[in-house]
Amino acid sequence: MANQIAIGAVEPGCKKVDPILVADNVTRQFGGLTAVNVEHVEIPRGQITALIGPNGAGKTTFFNLLTGFDKPNTGTWTFEGKDLAGVPSYKVARRGMIRTFQLTKALSLLTVIDNMRLGSQDQPGEGFFGSWLRFNWKSRETQITAKADELLKRFKLDAKREDYAAALSGGQRKLLEMARALMSDPKLVMLDEPMAGVNPALTQSLLEHIKDLKSNGTTVLFVEHDMHMVRHISDWVIVMAEGKIVAEGPPAEVMKNPAVIDAYLGAHADTDLGDVEIGSAKEGN
Amino acid sequence: MDWLNALNLTAGELIGVYTAAYVLAALGLAVHFGFTGLLNFGQAAFAALGAYGYSIATLTLNWPWWAAVLAGLAASGVFALLLGIPTLRLRADYLAIVTIAAAQALRYAFSASDYASVTGASNGLSEFGESFYSLNPIPKGRYDLGFTSMSENELFIRIIGWSLVVIAAVFLFFLTRSPWGRVLKGIREDEDAVRALGKNVFAYKIQALVIGGTIASLGGMVFVMSSQTNQPSTWGTNFTFMIWTILLLGGAATILGPIVGGMVFFALLMFTQSVMEGLVKMGWLPFLDIAQVGQIRFLLVGLILMLLVIFRPQGIFGNKKELQFNG
Repeated sequence: MANQIAIGAVEPGCKKVDPILVADNVTRQFGGLTAVNVEHVEIPRGQITALIGPNGAGKTTFFNLLTGFDKPNTGTWTFEGKDLAGVPSYKVARRGMIRTFQLTKALSLLTVIDNMRLGSQDQPGEGFFGSWLRFNWKSRETQITAKADELLKRFKLDAKREDYAAALSGGQRKLLEMARALMSDPKLVMLDEPMAGVNPALTQSLLEHIKDLKSNGTTVLFVEHDMHMVRHISDWVIVMAEGKIVAEGPPAEVMKNPAVIDAYLGAHADTDLGDVEIGSAKEGN
Repeated sequence: MDWLNALNLTAGELIGVYTAAYVLAALGLAVHFGFTGLLNFGQAAFAALGAYGYSIATLTLNWPWWAAVLAGLAASGVFALLLGIPTLRLRADYLAIVTIAAAQALRYAFSASDYASVTGASNGLSEFGESFYSLNPIPKGRYDLGFTSMSENELFIRIIGWSLVVIAAVFLFFLTRSPWGRVLKGIREDEDAVRALGKNVFAYKIQALVIGGTIASLGGMVFVMSSQTNQPSTWGTNFTFMIWTILLLGGAATILGPIVGGMVFFALLMFTQSVMEGLVKMGWLPFLDIAQVGQIRFLLVGLILMLLVIFRPQGIFGNKKELQFNG
C-alpha cells in the first residue's frame, strides 16, 4: 500500500505518486503562537487521507488556510498543479475543493432541498440579471433538483426533503452538509470532524458514504479523532502535533510509530482507560 | 363622537401617499434584513438620498423629472457601495453601527448651512415638482373617493406611489423566488457555509444593499413629491425605526408583509388618534388635551407592537415555522 501512494521513504513530507494538493512552507501565527508550521505535505489523489493529531495541533487552522477561510503568514500551495495561495474561499470551492465544518453549518431556515440546491454550481439564475427571467434558469434548476433528490435518497434524507434544516437532528445535519458538498461533484472533499457528535449507527453509514466517495474517484481529506474509524477507512494518515507534521504513512504503520504514540495516543495507547481506573481502584483497596 | 369621520380618515391612510413611501422603504429593508440578514439601521439615509437627489437635480441643475429620478436612484446606489465595500466584509453588527452613523452624518450634512445654496440647509428644499406634475393627465378638479376627496395632483402622486409599490413588489417577488434569492437566504443563515459552496458572498451582499437602497430612494422621492417639500428633519432615526416597525409588523422575509404592515401601521396610528381626539372632546379623557393625543398615540402603537412581537414574532404574513427554531 505504502509504495503505491508514496515515492521513496515514508516520512513526514514525503513525495506522492500522484498528489492532488501540495503545500509548502505554510505558517500561521496567532500572536506569539505558531498554530501551523507545515514545511511540505502532499495529499494523494483518489485516496482517503486522515489528518489526525491532538487538540490544538492546528488541523482545523490548516484546513482554513488551505480553503481560503484564513490567511497564512507564509506559504504556497497548489491544487491540481495550479497555485491556490491567496485565492478567496468561494473560488477555492469553484475549483473543486469543497469543505465542511467542524460545527455543522446547515442553513437552518432553508428547506433541506434548498440547502442541496445551493450546493450546485453553474446555475445562471444565481446571477442577479440572470435571475429575472425564469426560462433562463428553469432547465438547469430541474437538473439540479434531480441530482439533489438522488443524493438525498443516497443519504436517506429524502423523507425530510421539504423540512427546514433546523428540524434535522445533529447527525442528519452532518449528512446534509456532506450531501450538499457533493452537489458540485468536487474533486477533493475536506471533511472537518465528520463523526463528531454522531451516534454509532449513523457513524457506520457516514463511513460507507466516505468509502463511496473514493470509489467514485473523489479524493477525501478528513480530520478525525476517532482512531478506530481512521484505521478502518483511511489509506493514508498524516499526523500533526503543535502545528507540524510529525508523521505520515499507512494507518497500521503510523499507529506503531513512536512519535505518534508519544504525541497523540499517549503512553496508555493500548490500555482501555476504564480498566486502568478499576485496576488502580482495586490496588487502593 | 364622529365615528364616520374617524373611519374615513383611517381609510384615507390605507391609500395615503406617505404610506406608499414608507412601504417602498420597508420593501427595500426586507431585501436587506429579511432576505439577506443585513442589519441596516440607516434606511432613512437611502430614502433621503432619493429625495435630495431628485430635488437638487431639479432645482440646482434644472434636469427634467426622469433625469432627476435617475439622479436620486444613483445617489442611493453610490451610497450603498460606499457603505458596503468597507463594511460588508466585517461581521453583521458593524454594518448596523456604520449605517446608523452614516445616516446621521448625512442628515447633518444636509442641514449644514455651508451648503445652503444647494441643500437649503435646515429649511430644506421646496417647489421642485413642476416637471413631474406637468405629466399629470388627470383633469383639474376635486376627486371624491367616498371616504376622502383630493385634488388632481394628490390623486396623481397616489397612483404613481402605489404603482411603484406594485412594481417593486412584483420585481422582488420573482427575484426572491429565483436561485439568486436562495443564495441571499443562505447568506442570511450562514455566510461561511455559502462561501464554502462557491458563492461570492460579498458580491451578493453588495447587490442586496444596492437594490434595497434604490427601492428605498424611490420611497423618499414619493414622500417629498406629495408636498413638494424636502426637509432634513424628516430623515431622522425615527423614520428608520418606523420602517423597521412596519417590516416586523408585516413579516420580515415576505413581500406582502411590508405592504400590509405599512397600511395597518398608518391606519392604526390614524384610528387611535381620531378616536382619542374624539374622546378628549367628549371629556372622557380629562387628563389629556388634543395636543398630547398626537404623542400618546405613538405610545399606544408601541405597546401594540410590543405585544405583536411577543405573541406573533413572525409578523402578519411570516411563516410561523421559520421562527420556531433559533428561539
